[in-house]
Amino acid sequence: MVGIVLVSHSEKLVSGVLDFCRLMAKECPIATAGGTSDGGYGTDYDKIKEAVSSVMSPEGVLIIMDLGSSVMTAEMVLDEFDSDTVMMADCPMVEGAVAATVEAEGGSNLLTVKQAAEEVREVSKF
Amino acid sequence: MTDSDKVLNILQKIADAIHENEQFLTDLDAAIGDNDHGINMDKGFQKVATDIPSLSGKDIGSILKRVGMDLVSTVGGSAGPLYGTAFMKAGAVVADKNEIDQEDFVSIMEAGIGGVQLRGKAVKGEKTMLDAMIPAFEAMKASCTAGDDTPSMLKKGVEAAENGVEYTKTIIATKGRASYLGERSIGHQDPGATSFTVILRAISESY
Repeated sequence: MVGIVLVSHSEKLVSGVLDFCRLMAKECPIATAGGTSDGGYGTDYDKIKEAVSSVMSPEGVLIIMDLGSSVMTAEMVLDEFDSDTVMMADCPMVEGAVAATVEAEGGSNLLTVKQAAEEVREVSKF
Repeated sequence: MTDSDKVLNILQKIADAIHENEQFLTDLDAAIGDNDHGINMDKGFQKVATDIPSLSGKDIGSILKRVGMDLVSTVGGSAGPLYGTAFMKAGAVVADKNEIDQEDFVSIMEAGIGGVQLRGKAVKGEKTMLDAMIPAFEAMKASCTAGDDTPSMLKKGVEAAENGVEYTKTIIATKGRASYLGERSIGHQDPGATSFTVILRAISESY
């Protein structure tokens, strides 16, 4: 099953999104990398790298980020892995995470999970 | 010529300058960002300062690369991947060198700025550190070509960076957290452009 990594400046934010995703996706491997190693707001290179490794499988890992340095730090971590195995999704975090985890839970491959996350950009809320 | 020991000496001076400006940089960021630029930069360069003894005797490329890695893993905000990539790219240009000259310094700057552009996907005029970096680089390159010595070249670079910082007060942020403020970002100087100027000034004062 494709693994999902949630990256944010805020630990609370990603742990909240993780709980929320678990309502629909019980099995899909999800890891979070929120905040800095000293518990502050920010993004941590090593934390993201460890999160990716913790949900790694031959099926691959999709990283979903919020904004700013989450994106840039995730990009740097991406350089450490094979580009076919670890990818980033360009999507809003909450909607993208729900879509991706549900898609991954259904057994889809990495590209399909990424596409599911990115399609939420096109969905109007009202 | 600048040798490895001198580079380590400059890095300590940069760490000291960032430490002295910690509150100032954070206050600038409080106005248009998320109130942590000084704290984050200080965290990063204090880690660099701690690593200086272990870098003694290493070539300049390895030293700069290590600085980049330290910044990426400790800074926490956008400055981490941005300055981190800058130092790593700069290190690659002078790989295995134990001494660098004025032209190497210009090449280091060019590679560093390229790294910032690659990582941040920004251009000049978006109220970012590039608005100080690019004019400083251009001034130093021109000065180097004109045959100025290192101290004059660096002075001209600092002057251009300072003007760049002033320029950021006049424009709207279109990158980073400040971009959410739109027109309200006018009148405030960019914290990243300012921290770059603090760094360049510390380098200049070392000559």
